[in-house]
Amino acid sequence: MIKAVDIRKSFGEQEVLKGVSATFEKGKTNLIIGLSGAGKTVFLKLLVGLIAPTSGEIWYGETDFLKLGKQERTDIRREVGMLFQGNALFDSMTVEENVRFPLDMFSKYSKKEKDLQVDKCLERVNLVGSNKKLPGEISGGMQKRVGIARAIILDPKYLFCDEPNSGLDPKTSILIDELIREITVDNNMTTIINTHDMNSVMEIGDKIILLHQGELAWVGNKKDVMTSDNETLQNFIFASPFLQRLRKAYNTR
Amino acid sequence: MYWKETLRQMNDIGIGSLGIVALIALFIGAVTAVQFAYQLSNSFIPAYYIGYIVRDSTIIELAPTISALVLAGKVGSNIAAELGGMRQKEQIDALEIMGVNTAGYLVGPKVFAGCFVIPLLIIIAAGVSIVGGYLAAVSSGFVTATDYIFGVHAFFEEYYVFMMLVKAVVFAFILTSVACYKGYYVKNGSIELGRSSTQAVVLSNILILLADYIIALILT
Repeated sequence: MIKAVDIRKSFGEQEVLKGVSATFEKGKTNLIIGLSGAGKTVFLKLLVGLIAPTSGEIWYGETDFLKLGKQERTDIRREVGMLFQGNALFDSMTVEENVRFPLDMFSKYSKKEKDLQVDKCLERVNLVGSNKKLPGEISGGMQKRVGIARAIILDPKYLFCDEPNSGLDPKTSILIDELIREITVDNNMTTIINTHDMNSVMEIGDKIILLHQGELAWVGNKKDVMTSDNETLQNFIFASPFLQRLRKAYNTR
Repeated sequence: MYWKETLRQMNDIGIGSLGIVALIALFIGAVTAVQFAYQLSNSFIPAYYIGYIVRDSTIIELAPTISALVLAGKVGSNIAAELGGMRQKEQIDALEIMGVNTAGYLVGPKVFAGCFVIPLLIIIAAGVSIVGGYLAAVSSGFVTATDYIFGVHAFFEEYYVFMMLVKAVVFAFILTSVACYKGYYVKNGSIELGRSSTQAVVLSNILILLADYIIALILT
């Protein structure tokens, strides 16, 4: 479990996050949603420790992350996997080398054991046979899978995903969502996904947190989305006339 | 210490720059020899002084300084662009989240490799430059081969080689660390990346020339 308590973050005069508190549960896919500029990416980067908040607390289980020393933070980070919006794969390394990189850095396994683990991980994300390809030689969806494989190779307790569906077609987006959901449940991880993909919200939103203008506007799950009267949520989720009609039909069934 | 990465950097900086450094050194030696031969014409100074002057000017000043300025352009901009690209593609963030000490992994090997390999390049540059002077001066008939070689051996001071190596290490540290700094802290956007790369070269060149002056003041 990860808990954020009264998180505030300012860049100069501009306050981007205005006292956000939220709990992200273990074994569930926790979604952070909101309009562009709502503070989602900043919130995710704060949670993962890439930037420091102006004030507030971030708890990883029973540990206050912000009060940890450098080495202790590094230890926690080795329990964290992250899938980046642009994948952040190392261009000069093959798929296999990218996935094996965390093992090379932090494990004492033999080469054979590492190879076995990489193969197992690539099989888990349905990427068998792509070991020797470079990131530039595979599709966007496959790159996401490599990013996921690299994020989970050290068997992390926490998985962060920043816009995992950006740049993907709807079908591939669904596959990536399903994969993240399966891994979360199978490995009993705390997964936090930053998205504004409505399909993700409705399919894998075990817990959904809506940010609006730097504040927590709504908390619920995918079922609550259809019935909630929260105006900010409705304006965000059902922005198009088609989705408004869909919601009306759902509620009058 | 990340030895694998350090060796990769040594290869990139050393082998990757050997051709351009040698080529420039060859012409610097040749031009120095021809210019000095022209100054000597109609004077009573013996012709073997051409070899002597080419050797000393190369070792004390031209090989370390010109090579470092060239390397600031080639290696410095490459390092700044590489790190800047990694920053913009979130690869540095990815390393940090994995728990990798990014400064240790990305900056340390580059600076260490530079400080080790660039002095070797400068030693080679000095040698090639003296050969360049020989080829130009002898083939143009300004001096005989025997006189040039005699001049190269004449009045030799080992201390000048020490000065060259001090300059080489200091310049290598400047050009790699400035480039790493500019690349590591680049902001978003391709314009910013290009600007950082250019700033790395310009700032390195200014600091190298300033350091050259300070070292000259201290060591002479």
